Amino acid sequence: MSGIFIHGLGAVSPAGWSMADFRSAVDKNVPLPVQTVTRPGLEQPLPNRAVPPAASRPAFLTHSRLRRATAIAQHAVAAALEAIGGDVAKVQSGELCLGIIVGAITGCVTYSRRFYEEVMREPATASPVIFPETVFNSPASHLAAFLGTNQIAYTLVGDAGTFAQGLALAAEWLLEDRLDACVVIGAEENDWITVEAIKLFQRRVIHGAGAGAVYLKKSPVGALAELAAVTDSFSFTHTQSRAGAARKMRAQLPPAGSDEMLCGSAQNIPRLDEAENSAWKDWNGTRLLPKAILGEAFVAAAAWECVAACDAIARGKFSAANVSIVGANQQAIGARFSAPK
Amino acid sequence: MGLNRVVATGVGIVTALGSGWRTNADGFRLGKTAFRPVTVFDVSRHCAKTAAEVDLPEIFPATRLTPKRFRRMGRASKMLLLAAHEALAQAGWQADGDWPIILGTTSGEMTLGENFLRQAVESPRRKRDQPSRIAHYQVQQQGLDLCDAFGFAGAVTTISNACASGANAIGHAFERVRRGQDERIIAGGYDALCQLTFAGFDSLHALSVTHCRPFDAHRDGLSLGEGAAVFTLERLDGAKERGAEIFGEIIGYGATTDTHHLTQPHPEGSAAVAAMQAACAEARVLPEQIDYVNAHGTATPHNDAAEAAAINRWAGAHAGKTHVSSTKAGIGHLLGGAGAVEGAICLMALREQFLPPETTLETVDPAVRFQIVQKPMERKIKTALSNSFGFGGANASLVFRRWE
Repeated sequence: MSGIFIHGLGAVSPAGWSMADFRSAVDKNVPLPVQTVTRPGLEQPLPNRAVPPAASRPAFLTHSRLRRATAIAQHAVAAALEAIGGDVAKVQSGELCLGIIVGAITGCVTYSRRFYEEVMREPATASPVIFPETVFNSPASHLAAFLGTNQIAYTLVGDAGTFAQGLALAAEWLLEDRLDACVVIGAEENDWITVEAIKLFQRRVIHGAGAGAVYLKKSPVGALAELAAVTDSFSFTHTQSRAGAARKMRAQLPPAGSDEMLCGSAQNIPRLDEAENSAWKDWNGTRLLPKAILGEAFVAAAAWECVAACDAIARGKFSAANVSIVGANQQAIGARFSAPK
Repeated sequence: MGLNRVVATGVGIVTALGSGWRTNADGFRLGKTAFRPVTVFDVSRHCAKTAAEVDLPEIFPATRLTPKRFRRMGRASKMLLLAAHEALAQAGWQADGDWPIILGTTSGEMTLGENFLRQAVESPRRKRDQPSRIAHYQVQQQGLDLCDAFGFAGAVTTISNACASGANAIGHAFERVRRGQDERIIAGGYDALCQLTFAGFDSLHALSVTHCRPFDAHRDGLSLGEGAAVFTLERLDGAKERGAEIFGEIIGYGATTDTHHLTQPHPEGSAAVAAMQAACAEARVLPEQIDYVNAHGTATPHNDAAEAAAINRWAGAHAGKTHVSSTKAGIGHLLGGAGAVEGAICLMALREQFLPPETTLETVDPAVRFQIVQKPMERKIKTALSNSFGFGGANASLVFRRWE
C-alpha cells in the first residue's frame, strides 16, 4: 500500500471541536469526566461523554444544507474540513478532485428516534423535515454539497473496523488515479437510545461521540505520515472467533520497533479488551488507548485511533504506529502508519 | 495490469412477484404488478396504504444457521438469505474460500430497531428481547448471517448510499474483481418494508395514493416494495475453467454525487448523466449500443423529470430509439435493494431476450423523448444499462452484457 500519504487530520470529540482539543486530551492520557444523559421514563440518567458545544458556531452551519443537519453530520463536516484544510478552496473551485468516504454504525440516530416517536404518536403529522436527515448517507451528502464536489462518495456502515475499510478503499481509488485526494471520516452522535443499547451488552462502557477525519493523497510532498498498510478485515463468524480474528490481524502487522507506538481499541474493560490484549501481548512499546480517554464512539473512535497515530508521527514522537481495531461484533482490522520518507 | 472480465455465475432474487429467477423472469417479461394493502405494519393512519410485499416461504432452504439464530432474523435477513441461497446454488460455490461479501442497504433490519425503540419508550424497565433486537438490527449482522449460513468467513462490507446502495455494492464488487483484488465476491442489495421508511416517504407526500406509474404525465408518487438480489461475481477465466454457467457479464460502473438537494435531483440530471457516461466509458460502449435502459423511474414528479432529462441528454440523437422502462411499476421501490434487483432484471432480459414492460403507464410524460416499453416485447438485445439514484444525490449506473 506504500504510496499513499496523509495530508491532514481532523477531530471532533468529547474534548472539543478541533485537533488541538483532541491532542490536548490524548497527551494528558486521562479519561475525560463522565457526564450523564437523561433517559426518558426512568429517574436514573445514563452515563456518557458528549461533544461539548463549540466555542463559536462553526461557519459551515450557515450553508443552506447544514442548517438543520444532525449532530453526526456536523461532527463529520467539521472534522473533514479541518483535515482538508487549505485544500477546501481547491475542491470548491473544481481544481482538486475529491472523493468522500464516511463510516458510521449508529448514523443519524437522534433524528431517527425522534421521527419514529412522531410516527408512533401520529404518522400523519410526522415531520418531513427530519426524515431525509435520518438516511445514513446524509453526512456525506452534506459534505459533498458544501464542497461542491460531484465525485464518488460512499457511506460504509458497520462496526469500528469500518473506518479502516474506508482507508483501504480510499487508497484503492487514489492508486487507480480516479481522484486527486480522498477524505475518510468516522462519525457518530450521542443519544440515550444508543447508550441504553450499549448497556445491555456491557455496563462499564462509556459512550462517546464525535468524528475523526484523515485526508489522503498520493503525493508525499508536505505529508504528515504515510499509510504503510491496512490489514485484511477478519470477520467474526462461527469459524473465526473475535480473539482468532484479532490474532490474524495482529499477525499482518510488524513487531514493535523501539520508537513505535500502538494505538489500540481497548478501553480498560478486561472482558471486552481480552481479544485485543491477547493478540498484542508481545507488544512492549508505547500503547495509547483513545477510547479509554474519550469514550466508545465506534467508527469515530477508530478514526481517533488513526488520527492520534498520524499526529504522533507528524510531531516526531514516533517513527511509525500500528493501529489495532477489534470491533464490537463484526471484524478485526488494523493499519500501519509511518513517517513519510 | 490487465483488467479481468467479470461475470455473474449466480443470480438470486426475491421480490413481491416471488422467489427465484424463473418466477421473476416470467413476471417481468409480462409486466406483472404485485401491489396490495400493507400487512406487515399498521397503515391505517398513513395516507398511502399499499406496497409490494414479499410472501416469505414457510420452509426455508437448509443452511448452517441454528433454528434459534434463524428465528431471531427479521424479514430483510431472510429475503437476503433466500437470494444468496439461490445464487450460491447456481454458482456451485462451496465453503472453501473466504469470499468477501459486499452488500447495499438503506435500513438493514429496521423493523427490529423500531421494536426496540417502541419497547424502550413504552416499557422502559422491560429488557426482554432487547439485546437480540439490537444484535440483529445492525446492518453488518445481515452480512455475517450470510457468512455463517453458508460457511464463509470473508470480509463484510456494507454500503449505505440510500437508493443507490445495491448498485454501488454490485459496482464496487465488479471493480474489485475486475482489478484483481478479489477472485470472487458475493454482492447484492436488500431492504424490507418498515414503518419508519414508509412513514418517511409518506410525510414527504412522495408515496402514490393511486398506483405507481413511472414516466406517466399524471404520476403521483412512488410505491414501496421489498426484496433482495445477490450475485456471485467472478473472473471470466475462473468461471470458464470450472465450467460454471454464466448468467451475464458486468462491463461498466459509474458513480457520482448530485449536490443539488438532499432529496431532489438536479432538474437537468447532470450528475445522473455523468454516472451513465462513466459507466458506458468503462464498458466502452456508446449510448446507441445500449439496447435497454432499466430506469431508476420512481414515479415521483421530480425524479422522473430529472431522469428523463438525463436520459434524453445522454442518448442524444439516439434517444428516440432507446428502449427504457422502470420495473418499479411492478414491484415498487426496493430502496437499498433496488439497484441489485434491477441489475438482476437486466440480466434476465439479456439472457432471455425480452424487454420488461411497465404496463401501468397511461399517458407518457411529454418530457420523455425515448421509447418506454409498455407492452411485453421479445427482442434480441446485447447490452443493458441500469440506473439507481438515491437521496443525498448518490447516483450509480451499471452496464451489463449478454453472455453468448
